[in-house]
Amino acid sequence: MAAPKKTVAKESGQEKAGSPPEFSKEQEFKALRDMLLIRRFEEKAGQLYGMGAIGGFCHLYIGQEAVVVGMQMALKQGDEVITGYRDHGHMLACDMEAKGVMAELTGRRGGYSRGKGGSMHMFSKEKHFYGGHGIVGAQVSLGTGLAFANHYRGNDNVSVTYFGDGAANQGQVYESFNMAELWKLPVIYVIENNRYAMGTSVSRASAQQDFSKRGASFNIPGRQVDGMDVRAVKAAADEATAWCRGGNGPMILEMQTYRYRGHSMSDPAKYRTREEVEKVRHDQDPIEQVRNRLLASGVSEQDLKAIDAEVREIVNEAADFAQHDPEPDPSELYTDIYR
Amino acid sequence: MPIQVLMPALSPTMEKGNLAKWLKKEGETIKSGDVIAEIETDKATMEVEATDEGTLGKILIPEGTADVAVNTPIATILADGESAADLAKVPAAPQPKAAEAPAAEARGDAKAEAPQPAAKAPAAPVSEALPDPEIPAGTEMVTQTIREALRDAMAEEMRRDGDVFIMGEEVAEYQGAYKVTQGLLQEFGARRVIDTPITEHGFAGVGVGAAMAGLKPIVEFMTWNFAMQAIDQIINSAAKTLYMSGGQMGCSIVFRGPNGAAARVAAQHSQDYAAWYSQIPGLKVIAPYSAADYKGLLKAAIRDPNPVIFLENEVLYGHTGEVPKLPDFIVPIGKARIARAGKDVTIVSWAMGMSYALKAADELAKEGIDAEVIDLRTIRPMDTETIINSVKKTGRAVTVEEGWQQSGVGSEVAARIMEHAFDYLDAPVTRVSGKDVPMPYAANLEKLALPSVAEVVAAAKAVSYR
Repeated sequence: MAAPKKTVAKESGQEKAGSPPEFSKEQEFKALRDMLLIRRFEEKAGQLYGMGAIGGFCHLYIGQEAVVVGMQMALKQGDEVITGYRDHGHMLACDMEAKGVMAELTGRRGGYSRGKGGSMHMFSKEKHFYGGHGIVGAQVSLGTGLAFANHYRGNDNVSVTYFGDGAANQGQVYESFNMAELWKLPVIYVIENNRYAMGTSVSRASAQQDFSKRGASFNIPGRQVDGMDVRAVKAAADEATAWCRGGNGPMILEMQTYRYRGHSMSDPAKYRTREEVEKVRHDQDPIEQVRNRLLASGVSEQDLKAIDAEVREIVNEAADFAQHDPEPDPSELYTDIYR
Repeated sequence: MPIQVLMPALSPTMEKGNLAKWLKKEGETIKSGDVIAEIETDKATMEVEATDEGTLGKILIPEGTADVAVNTPIATILADGESAADLAKVPAAPQPKAAEAPAAEARGDAKAEAPQPAAKAPAAPVSEALPDPEIPAGTEMVTQTIREALRDAMAEEMRRDGDVFIMGEEVAEYQGAYKVTQGLLQEFGARRVIDTPITEHGFAGVGVGAAMAGLKPIVEFMTWNFAMQAIDQIINSAAKTLYMSGGQMGCSIVFRGPNGAAARVAAQHSQDYAAWYSQIPGLKVIAPYSAADYKGLLKAAIRDPNPVIFLENEVLYGHTGEVPKLPDFIVPIGKARIARAGKDVTIVSWAMGMSYALKAADELAKEGIDAEVIDLRTIRPMDTETIINSVKKTGRAVTVEEGWQQSGVGSEVAARIMEHAFDYLDAPVTRVSGKDVPMPYAANLEKLALPSVAEVVAAAKAVSYR
C-alpha cells in the first residue's frame, strides 16, 4: 500500500503546481503547538489505556494532527465541528480543555459528558463541538443538519463535518450530499483518508478511491489535499469556507493523511508493514515538517523545547486530574435522560 | 348487457367520496380512457376514467352527491347496439365486491396510495366518551377530521415559534401524501415547509442535527414503515445524545406519521411500532385515538424539549371528532384518559385499539358487564397510576393492541399490573393483540390477523369468568 501522496491541493485529481502559501512565523508556532498538544495528549491517553485507566474503545489521532489543526485555523467563532469516534484531536483543536477530555476518557465526573459518554461521545455547546459519534457515518447527516440550521437562520456559519475513508462508503453520506447541494447548505465535508478503514485498505473497499470525486454526481466540488502539510490544509480550508459562506453550497476536502497507531488500542495492525508506517513518519510527519521549517528560518531548538514543555505540562496536569477526579455520583445514572 | 360503473376506491382506506362532477352527459359516446367524472375524497379530487367503450346510458348518482359509498353503481354504459331499453337488464345491488378500480391513479407509487378497495372500516363506537379533564366544562367544540386537527396543531405551533419547521416527503407542494400538511406551504412558505428527497435515513439525521443546533423540527415519515431506514438516527442520535453529552446537547424534535395497519397494503406497510420505540429511554412515544387528543398531544409534542415519536393512524385520518375551540389546547404527555367508566373489568388500549375496546364495551354492557376503558394516549412515559387505580377497582384487566404480542405494549401493561396490583387481581391479565404473523394481503386473512371486537369481548368475559 502506497503511503499518502505528497501533493498540494488539486482539483478533483488534477494537479495544480506549486507549494501551499507560506505561514507567518506566528502561524507556524500556533500550528506546531496545537499539533504537539494533540500528539502528546494521545500518547498519554495510550499510556493510560495500557494502565487500565481508560476503558472500552480508544481511537488515537496520532499522525493526522495537521488535518484538524489546519482546518481550525480557517474557522471563525460560531462555525460548528462534528466528527466520528476518532475525536480527541478535534476537541483539543476546538479549544476544549485537555482536563475535561482526559477525565471523560477515564469516566470521571469532571469529563465533558460527566463520565457518561466516554472517548467516542463528547460535546461542547460552548465551543460549538457537536460530537463525538460512535456510529460510522451518522455524523455526516447530523453535520448536514447543523448546516441546515445555519441556512435556516440565515447566519454565515459553516458546519465542518469530518469523516473517514471508511464512512465515505455509507449510504447516508450520499443522501446528505444530495440534500446539501440541493439546498445549498454551508457544509465542508472533510474526508480524512488515512488509507485504512479499520483493517481494510482503501483499495480493497472503495471503487472510487479519489474521494474528492465522491460528490461529483451531486455537483459538489472536491479537492484532494496533502493532509500531512498543515499549510495545504489551511489553504484548502480557506477556499472551502469562502465557498460555503458565499452561499455556494457544500464542498468536499479529501485529506490524504495517515494514522500511525492501530484503528483502536486493540488493533495489532497486521494489515500493513512496519516499514510503511516508518516511511510516512520519517518523510511526512506533520509536526516535523513545521519544526524543520522553523529551525531553517532561524528559530532555536530552545524555543521549540519551550513549546514542548508547555504542552507536556498541560497533558500531565490533565492526566493527573483524570486519574484523581471522582467517578460520577451514582445518582447520575438517572439524570440527563429527559429535560 | 349494459356495464355498470361503480364508485371507485381511490386509496387503501377510502370508504366513501363525493361525486363532484360529471364530465360526460347521458347519450355521449365514451372511449376507454375518457375522463367521465371527478370524485372528491378527503384527500384530493381525482378523475375517473372509463375502462369500457360505449355510450353513457344513465347517470345513477347525480353530480354534487356527497358521501357515496365505495362500490355504489354511479352510471351505466351501453355497449354498441344496446339502447336505453337494455338498462332494465342491469341487476340491482348488491354489486360485485371488487370495485372497478379506475385507471385514474395519480402516481404509480407504492409509497402512498394505490387504488384498492377499502377493506377495514371500523365505524365510530357507540360508547359515550367521558368528558376530557383537559377540556374545561362549557368549552365550545368544533367537529374536525383528525387530519385537520393535526394540521391545525402544526400550524398553531409554527405561528407561535419560528424555530418550528416541517420536513418530509411530499409535505409541501403535494400537500402531504395523506394531506395532513394541507395549506402549510401556502401559509409558511418553502423555508419552513420542506419537501425532502426520498431519503429517510438522511433527512432524519439532518433533522436531528438541526435540532442539536436548537431548531425544533417536525419530521414527517410518509409512514413509520419507512422510518426503519432511519431508526439509527432516531435511537442512537436523537434519543441518546442528551445522556451521552452529560445534559449539554438535547434534541427537541417530533417524528410523526401514520403507524400500524392501514388496509390491504400487506406486511411491509402494516406494522405497529409502539412497542419498538417505547423501549428506548430518551424517547417519548405518543399514540392518540381521539381528534382532540391528536391535536392537544401534537402541540405538546412540538413544545417538548425531547425527541418525541408521534404515531398516527391512517385509517383514523378521515374520522371526525370534537375538538375544543380553544386558542391553545394542550394535552399533557404521559397521562392516560378514562374513556369509559366502568366497574367490572378494565380494558387498556390506545390508538386504533380503542375502536375495538369501545365497541367491545358496548357489547359487554348488553351482557351486564360494565367495562372501564382506558386510553393510554402516551405509551412512554406510561401512566401506570391510572391503570393501577382502575384495576384496584375492577380486579380484572384486558389489553388491546394491533401490534404483536411478544414484548408488546400489552405485555408491559400486564407486567406493571402484576408488579403493582397483584393482590387486587381476580384473574390473570389477558392480552388481545395482532396475530404473530406478518400482515397478509388477502382481505379475509388480514381481518384474521388483526384483533377483533369479538376477541376483546371474549377476553373480558374470560377474565370475568362469564
